[in-house]
Amino acid sequence: MSGTFLGMPGNFPKNAAEAVQDSQLRYNLRKATHTIRGKRAAVVGELPDWQELRTAGQTIKDHTLRHLDRYLVQLEEAVTRNGGRVHWARDAAEANRIVADLIKQTGETEVVKVKSMATQEIGLNEALAKEGIAAYETDLAELIVQLGDDFPSHILVPAIHRNRAEIREIFLGKMGDAPADLTDEPRALAEAARLHLRERFLKSKVAVSGANFMIAETGTLVVLESEGNGRMCLTLPETLISVVGIEKLLPSWRDLEVFLQLLPRSSTGERMNPYTSTWTGAVEGQSFHLVLLDNGRTGVLADEVGRQALRCIRCSACLNVCPVYERAGGHAYGSVYPGPIGAILTPQLRGMSSELDASLPYASSLCGACFEACPVAIDIPEVLVDLRAKAPHGRAERAGMKAAGWVLNDEVRLARAQRLATRLRRLVPKRLPGPLSAWTDTRDLPEIPKESFRDWWERDGGA
Amino acid sequence: MGAREEILGRIRRAVQDAPEVEIVRGYRTSVPVEDVVGRFAERVGDYRAIVHVLPSAEVPGKVAELAAGRRMVVPGGLEWSGAVAEAVPGETVEELDAADGVITGCAVAIAETGTIVLDSGPGQGGRAQTLVPDYHLCVVRAGQIVASVPEAVARLDPARPLTWISGPSATSDIELNRVEGVHGPRTLEVIISI
Repeated sequence: MSGTFLGMPGNFPKNAAEAVQDSQLRYNLRKATHTIRGKRAAVVGELPDWQELRTAGQTIKDHTLRHLDRYLVQLEEAVTRNGGRVHWARDAAEANRIVADLIKQTGETEVVKVKSMATQEIGLNEALAKEGIAAYETDLAELIVQLGDDFPSHILVPAIHRNRAEIREIFLGKMGDAPADLTDEPRALAEAARLHLRERFLKSKVAVSGANFMIAETGTLVVLESEGNGRMCLTLPETLISVVGIEKLLPSWRDLEVFLQLLPRSSTGERMNPYTSTWTGAVEGQSFHLVLLDNGRTGVLADEVGRQALRCIRCSACLNVCPVYERAGGHAYGSVYPGPIGAILTPQLRGMSSELDASLPYASSLCGACFEACPVAIDIPEVLVDLRAKAPHGRAERAGMKAAGWVLNDEVRLARAQRLATRLRRLVPKRLPGPLSAWTDTRDLPEIPKESFRDWWERDGGA
Repeated sequence: MGAREEILGRIRRAVQDAPEVEIVRGYRTSVPVEDVVGRFAERVGDYRAIVHVLPSAEVPGKVAELAAGRRMVVPGGLEWSGAVAEAVPGETVEELDAADGVITGCAVAIAETGTIVLDSGPGQGGRAQTLVPDYHLCVVRAGQIVASVPEAVARLDPARPLTWISGPSATSDIELNRVEGVHGPRTLEVIISI
């Protein structure tokens, strides 16, 4: 992943501690997440076969990943047969180079973009800017983030950290053609965005998009959206370039019957999102290029426990139910992918050599709400625990854990340790000294009883 | 080695010891709905589209009424084109931007989700034609309405460019307040012909 978020310092606990002080952010997040939780619960509750759909989603994705090479080849054949061109990118730099070259071939220096997390992940806008190409975001939230020179804080509603007054300020300051009497009514703000972007849509010759799904069997790409900017970008320009992660693949057309139910209900809490576009290859005289992106995904695929993260359909249901995300917000995660999915995907894609990335598996209370909400049943807590084991640990902690393991792994030692603890319970400190104090600062020791259960059982025998 | 071979090689090595996975389809592939027309009308209405349910004989009259005073783009092959008083060309983006609205039929409609699907077939026009004008009048024949998403997917042809429409465009990006009408037609009016 590129350094879009290199500006994010420190680690999650530090960032979160700062973020929770921001009462405006706390208010926005609480309102947003609670609203969407209710909507999601309502539309999911309408479907008696929701759990069966989840199982289907999970198994379709796992099956696809198991045979990803076969399905990618099939996809390439189908897209090519229908007049599209397929390109393969091993990493962010390669993908950016491919896209920049494709745009240069058209002679255009301005492109419009549909929201795409993959393009954010690779830092496409910045890379294009270096080549003298301006990429204009057209998603209202991405527009707000771009004009505000900011970072997205949520997968689905990236500007959720902004309230209407802040958005109005940004539009008045940076939009150029915003009306002077612009109010902060959401309706007025949306209207300002409509007029600002319409001109650009009708004139643009090149668009860059992502895709929610790719169908191997038919070579079809699928984009779900609400605003219509997707349709504008996919339909009107002469050249369309789609950058899509290799894991966004589904085997057959039929599989959409599952995901077109799982995704809208999980993400925006609607029965169906306003617009879904599907197209195969080069359509209506357009030039179409598909850039398949690896950028660390094959590494995640190789991990037995971690590969389930690749099932993700980017619905953001996990963000919306997470008690940690609700309070800390997206920026604290320092990544394009925040929240629970970010906590397991980012360390796998980027590795855990940085302090920030190594802290992400700990950005969780392991409550499991995310697992329950996930439409493809990713066991996020399982992956978090696995990543914690793999994360770098300090010498004191490793020594302490080894010692604890030595005691806990042996019945006799454990019994002795427990008996000793009960005898000395008044002397056991609440806080350990030196480097171990950090461990006890965030953990409470339970009350030690006068007699361990083993001793009681031996004495009393359960009679 | 090219990028393609390298990526495919990495994938094969990554999954070589992974277990086989069988796809489990326990979900409903069809949904018994007694009144698909009623359910569809209700659900489309939920999205703030304007809905009329009429016997087929009355549809041309309604079309004429709604098209009155509007310069409408009328795609080729539309059954009710005769009812439109002022038809305007809609081939270029400029022409579409100048029009007041567009009238189309559809390929299939879904009752459970209140969705209309267009496939660029006869009477539906190209994708831009239902995108640029501000008003979209869509005539759905009762026989085109299926109950559920699986049934719709089965009826659609992936080779055709598809546009699934569930209400007018909207955004919830500002404080999660849903606002209708961003890009795309701000008014969607539906006539269900029974």
